[in-house]
Amino acid sequence: MGPINQTLGAYSELFMLLAAGTYVIAFLAFAWDMATSGKTAQEDATRLAEAKSEGKSSAKVPAMSGAAAEGPGGPNSGISATAGGANDGGSRVSPSSAVAARVARVADAGLTYTSRRAAARVGVALSILGLVIHAAGVVTRGVAAGRVPWGNMYEFCTTGAFLVVAVFLIVLIRRDLRFLGTFVLGLAVVMMVAAAVAFWTPVGHLVPALQSYWLVIHVSIAVLSSALFTLTFSMGVLQLLQSRREGKIAAGELDKGGFMGLVPSALTLETLSYRINTIAFVGWTLTVMFGSIWAEKAWGRFWGWDTKEVWSFVIWVVYAAYLHARATRGWTGTRAAWLSIVGYLCVVFNFTVVNIYFSGLHSYAGVSAG
Amino acid sequence: MSLKTQNQKPKKRRNGLRDDVAVPALGVLGMLRWAWTQLTSMRTALFLLLLLAVAAVPGSLFPQRPVNPAVVTQYLKDHADYGPILDKLQMFDVYSSVWFSAIYLLLFISLIGCVIPRAIAHWKAWRSKPPRTPARLSRLPVYGALVVPSDQALGAEEAAKQAAALLRKRGYRVDLRPAAKDDDGAGTSGAAGTAAAGTPAAGTSAPTGTAPVRAALASIGAERGYIKELGNLCFHSGLVGVLISVAIGGLFGYSGQRTLVEGDTFVNTLVGYDQFNPGTNFQSSWLEPYSLQLDKFDVRYDRESAQHFGQPLDFTAHLTTKDSPDSAAKQQDLKVNDPVNIGGTDVYLVGNGYAPVVTVRGGDGKIAYQGPIPSIPTDTVYTSTIVVKAPDAKPTQLGFVGFFLPTAVVGHDGVSYSADPDPLKPQLSLNSYVGDLGLDKGTPQNVYALDVAKLKQVNGRDLPAKGIVLDAGQSYSLPDGQGSISFDGLKRYVALDIHHNPGQEYALIFALFSLAGLICSLFVPRRRLWLRFGDHEDGRTMIEYGLLARGEDHGLAAEGRSVRSALAKAWDLPEQESPEQGASRQKAHNKTQSTSGKGL
Ligand code: HEM
Repeated sequence: MGPINQTLGAYSELFMLLAAGTYVIAFLAFAWDMATSGKTAQEDATRLAEAKSEGKSSAKVPAMSGAAAEGPGGPNSGISATAGGANDGGSRVSPSSAVAARVARVADAGLTYTSRRAAARVGVALSILGLVIHAAGVVTRGVAAGRVPWGNMYEFCTTGAFLVVAVFLIVLIRRDLRFLGTFVLGLAVVMMVAAAVAFWTPVGHLVPALQSYWLVIHVSIAVLSSALFTLTFSMGVLQLLQSRREGKIAAGELDKGGFMGLVPSALTLETLSYRINTIAFVGWTLTVMFGSIWAEKAWGRFWGWDTKEVWSFVIWVVYAAYLHARATRGWTGTRAAWLSIVGYLCVVFNFTVVNIYFSGLHSYAGVSAG
Repeated sequence: MSLKTQNQKPKKRRNGLRDDVAVPALGVLGMLRWAWTQLTSMRTALFLLLLLAVAAVPGSLFPQRPVNPAVVTQYLKDHADYGPILDKLQMFDVYSSVWFSAIYLLLFISLIGCVIPRAIAHWKAWRSKPPRTPARLSRLPVYGALVVPSDQALGAEEAAKQAAALLRKRGYRVDLRPAAKDDDGAGTSGAAGTAAAGTPAAGTSAPTGTAPVRAALASIGAERGYIKELGNLCFHSGLVGVLISVAIGGLFGYSGQRTLVEGDTFVNTLVGYDQFNPGTNFQSSWLEPYSLQLDKFDVRYDRESAQHFGQPLDFTAHLTTKDSPDSAAKQQDLKVNDPVNIGGTDVYLVGNGYAPVVTVRGGDGKIAYQGPIPSIPTDTVYTSTIVVKAPDAKPTQLGFVGFFLPTAVVGHDGVSYSADPDPLKPQLSLNSYVGDLGLDKGTPQNVYALDVAKLKQVNGRDLPAKGIVLDAGQSYSLPDGQGSISFDGLKRYVALDIHHNPGQEYALIFALFSLAGLICSLFVPRRRLWLRFGDHEDGRTMIEYGLLARGEDHGLAAEGRSVRSALAKAWDLPEQESPEQGASRQKAHNKTQSTSGKGL
């Protein structure tokens, strides 16, 4: 255990502050994009409509799932997912044609980049800048302490926020998820502020209970999975909004356009968040497994219903239920989205309330250390 | 809402049973069958999963007996009004409660009832050929066509053979279905490329009454990703394995606690334990008589950081171990996170503290107790509570209750407190009691507590004799020659947890098995692919293909494209018909009719 490098620790905190500041501006840029996007969506719609009449673009086989790709009748989409049991005898259902008629009003289902959106671009650029500074903060924190930088609440929050933004930006390379920018950056800012205000802890060594390579493995996967759950949570919320809007449009109500016009169809959101959730679920399964191996090493039993274990279990079961719901008649769509949202609320609860207020073997969050 | 209807997955293999259910007169057997069908449905599984999640929560809200019995007792004392009701509801034993057990047992019965028929079905699917070629490939979610020009003189049969080889390489299980031989019209008008009109599939009887305009064309049925369903079955049955392993641990395992002061030895026999929790089926002959002696316990504290000053950095217990009474002694280090494995058990370091060495003499001047007494740390600077009982003191028994402070500092209010976890100025401050300690009746007592209700207090802050304050090496005589106590030295002790769990390796193995299954199930796509081949009159070879996914599959369209380009490459075709056209055809097609999964 080398000595703590206090100077580097101080630099780390400076980087964290700068990163948080940059994220705030990025958040504002995304919010601006959201506020002005009614217009953009309108333009997109017109452009798409023109393109369509020329017989282009619309016929493209979608790059991704193709979910709802075609709008009307969307043949590839969710249906390929559901046509599942081949001899099922059920009939495939096309999305209502009313939605289809206004398909141009929701974003491209392939989530490819179609519109420019200057504000969103600024948001992305600032997020990248913030992430670079943030990376410096996380790395210097680790170097200063001579260990991985996730050993207490302050570090869970800062490293967690880093991963949330990083995962978001990585997904952005392939898919236009900029509509999630406000959510993701907003959450990152909340986490950074919470770290700095509520959980601030200076650089220090780890207590013996945490000195294990399992800390590296177990916590990193936990934080990564939580970052993915954060994305699907935002998408779940948007999916609920979007499907309400689609319902209204289908019922013939006038669509006011606005931000939701930039958001892909509810089905696209559902499909993509399902994909991300499957990865995150495997990650969470690993988290729980590694956690119990570590618990076995540290406390002599791999499972003891400690508060933290209870909530990790609850999260796992809720997301298992989510995966089941996706395969259960009448439980896809909105209900599945709710399950995904409830699962995320459990993640947040486990991370905040359980760490801070519940005593248990895991009470090492470092909140009251000293 | 269109959404809700989107991803419907029909219940697999249940339709048969469903029909039975509809029969009005159920009878006992019918009822049972109905109950079974209900229990093993996906909807029930989902409901039970959610119920399980909810049922697990109270265990984090209320103290649990197996984890912390003392806190439960305290809770019951503090909440005399509703505490007993909660107790009746088993809120303090959630995970062994009737209701929690009922939920997970039902869930697992449902799971088994679900997995077995699926396993049988999958076993059959595994051994049978890919499903017959659908009549209209154009109805499939991904569809396209290729035309090999006449100058290549490929021919449908040869094309099918080549395509089959290519698909096998791509990991498909392939069934080559030659064209029906018996007809004269084969291939003449059969335009694979124009299949939108519907080509009767090989193996299906041609529509009755119509002339055999087109006999069965050569086709290929191919499928890949059987491992998806296999993975799903492995995942679910692995969970059953984990549950059984946990149960085995509960039946045949045991655990115990022991505090061990420096210099002392623990021998693995029943009497060696301070507390012992046998599994339901435990036999004491399973204990191997190994021994552990605590030579020394080292603690290192953080002396660098201002905020973390005094926080522990390292605990190491130096042990001398013997596998059996007459085997050679070994030196081993025991640390947090790093158990010692001996005699089929794992020994864990779960706590530590100070054990002041005291000598108590009775009124008669004889030594009534001498030795170290573990004190219980209550905070990070090891402010510890201590209880000294001397039932052997004559003429009356003596008891002491108080604090041990490793680094005693007198505060402003005159009360001492501990300033540091290291023993820089160790001090005992005690109250004393005389009378019958109640130990002779044989009722078990907590060694760390003294019931003073029936005792006479001699020393205490508010008494004329004041409290006893002893620095290391000092001694104190009780007033009226009732006895004395001296603080002779200081040792450390460790709290050890000793566990034997024969189920845990199996639990790990099954968990890994489940995990592998889960990964296959979630990420391996299961796809069916059919191709149909026809010879056009003008010598061109026409090929059409269609793909269908089972389960979620975002890559189906991409797979269609790459199969297409692999075939095009094999036959030297330019990408003459762009994928878009295939898709748009399909789209147009879909517009005209409500698609249906039937007949696939
Ligand atoms: C201990 C309780 C259970 C847990 C934790 C659990 C968990 C899961 C998970 C995580 C999945 C998604 C991954 C995969 O496809 O392999 C899944 C899928 C599935 N489960 Fe379960 N399950 C449980 C019980 C059941 C029961 C009782 C049934 C039968 C009614 C069932 C039937 C299925 C089916 C059919 C799928 C495949 C869904 C699809 O095709 O996407 N499961 N389960």
